[in-house]
Amino acid sequence: MRASARIIAGIVAIVLISAAVAAFAIAWRPAIAAIDPPGPQSFDDALVKRGRDLAAIGNCSDCHTRRGAKNFAGGLPVPTPFGTIFSTNITPEPETGIGRWSEAAFRRAMRSGVNREGQHLYPTFPYDHFTNVSDEDDRALYAFLMTRQPVRAAARDNQLSFPFNQRLAIAGWKLLFLRHDTYQPDPKQSAEWNRGAYLVEGLAHCGACHTPRNALGAERVSAQFAGGDVDDWHAYAINDQSRSPVPWTADALFAYLREGWHPDHGTARGPMAKVVSNLSSVPASDVRAIAAYMAGVSGASTSDRTGPSEAALTRARTASQANAVGASIYTAACASCHEGGRPLPYGGVDLRLSTAISSPDPRNLINIVLSGIEAVEGERSPIMPGFAASMNDEQASALLNYLRARFSDQPAWTGVEKSIQDARRTQTVFLQTSPAPRNAPADPQQREKP
Amino acid sequence: MMTLKVNGREHQVDAETDTPLLYVLRDDLKLNAAKFGCGLGQCGSCTVIVDGKAVLSCVTPMVLLEGKQVTTLEGLGTIAEPAPIQRAFMEEQAAQCGYCIPGMMMRAQALLQRNSKPTDEQIRAELEPHLCRCGTHMRILRAVHRAARLMDTAEASPAANRSAR
Ligand code: FES
Ligand code: FES
Repeated sequence: MRASARIIAGIVAIVLISAAVAAFAIAWRPAIAAIDPPGPQSFDDALVKRGRDLAAIGNCSDCHTRRGAKNFAGGLPVPTPFGTIFSTNITPEPETGIGRWSEAAFRRAMRSGVNREGQHLYPTFPYDHFTNVSDEDDRALYAFLMTRQPVRAAARDNQLSFPFNQRLAIAGWKLLFLRHDTYQPDPKQSAEWNRGAYLVEGLAHCGACHTPRNALGAERVSAQFAGGDVDDWHAYAINDQSRSPVPWTADALFAYLREGWHPDHGTARGPMAKVVSNLSSVPASDVRAIAAYMAGVSGASTSDRTGPSEAALTRARTASQANAVGASIYTAACASCHEGGRPLPYGGVDLRLSTAISSPDPRNLINIVLSGIEAVEGERSPIMPGFAASMNDEQASALLNYLRARFSDQPAWTGVEKSIQDARRTQTVFLQTSPAPRNAPADPQQREKP
Repeated sequence: MMTLKVNGREHQVDAETDTPLLYVLRDDLKLNAAKFGCGLGQCGSCTVIVDGKAVLSCVTPMVLLEGKQVTTLEGLGTIAEPAPIQRAFMEEQAAQCGYCIPGMMMRAQALLQRNSKPTDEQIRAELEPHLCRCGTHMRILRAVHRAARLMDTAEASPAANRSAR
């Protein structure tokens, strides 16, 4: 070997070794000593109750429960662009759950995404938001989880490709994207606004779905709430780029988050159904606070609610001429409910108000058309039949294009048929693995209305 | 004029492309097994089988049926020669007023054609879109299980086990 080559090899070796040492120093986290599982009676009832409401705001059960399986026992596959990650068991079972975690270990997981053993956790667990959760709230959440029914369910192995299967890689990710500062109230704003901001940015982790992510799966801070992806659904833009035909107000948002629907906006479906189902069971003041804060974030959109304008009528006529198949399907399959004039939740929303149809991404509309809206057990909730069995891809795409042309002023979607094929595949998987919404939409008086 | 294939026969029907299949079945072809309950796709009483899948005929326009095979309850069996699903419902006395029953039977039939031994849970999930005002749900459940057993043993006798496409 020539001398220069040897020198280069030497330098490379030194760089590699020091990089490895540095990486280890940054990445290494000690284990926190295991404890004997504390008995449920060792926790204060009021604290547990508060933890219960907080867990509902955090929507914890949604990811940590598999359809048909025990609450909080984990095992739900979460698809990511890097592979599939399985949620973990957060019941207080000592061997497979978090029974041997001390409160300090729990808080460290929430704050910096490290488990009791000292391993880095994947950011599918949204600790980039949970850094904002106060010590006090972490204590309540801990008390709630540690008093759940212990379930023995070992975590399933994640299916990730190299280098994403290296937990060391997460340390690098954190270096780049994890901010450790906790939420600071804004003294210029009201107490309610601050409460809402604390919940939205922290435990409720709204941005985890509604903010787009970069190539490494981190939320793009510069595009906060500009709309993102979750499972095979599009999480709408909820900032000033919202495509909702009617601007959101704090009151409308409150009602929507609480009941699961609003006459000007329609019904919360897909992953959002579980969010609203959880929010229907927490103190109304917290939901009000979330609504107050988010109404400020979304600002007012430019469009206004109007009756069928001349433009809309022209659109309806040209759409029917251009797409006779779509028009026929619409008349028989959709109009009877959506033009029936019955108020929500029993009647269908006026499709001119549908965000799904005005959205840049057709997936939500496709999912609803194919799978419908399942009734919530024991409740008078909105329902809609699914049409997967009666339409082939071409027919469904004719319907989708017709709805877009007739009920929005947005340009036609591209690749609708391909999205329909994808949705047929993923919907089957999704329906098998995710829990159905269980809780009643709140406010029974509203539900009594016809 | 459109061609509609129902229970193995071709019919020329004078219907618009956006006419719901249920209207054509009942009004034009006088096949009255499928019932009009809500007309909104919310009760299941109008269910028929199209190319092997259960479909709500009240919200299925004619335009979607070109080249497809529709099966109604009349196509499964006759009074003299009831199909296993019909026999099972009779033997379990699953009908009270009977209004929901044809729809229930058609969706159960579609289920049994793809899954010959469904569990209780699978039957419940499958029949979820169907309403029964009379509350015969437990008998319907039993009838579907019985039909599954009957189809199993009837395998050898083709007349008793016509399958719907
Ligand atoms: S009549 Fe078709 S579902 Fe009710
Ligand atoms: S038997 Fe009467 S509605 Fe079901």
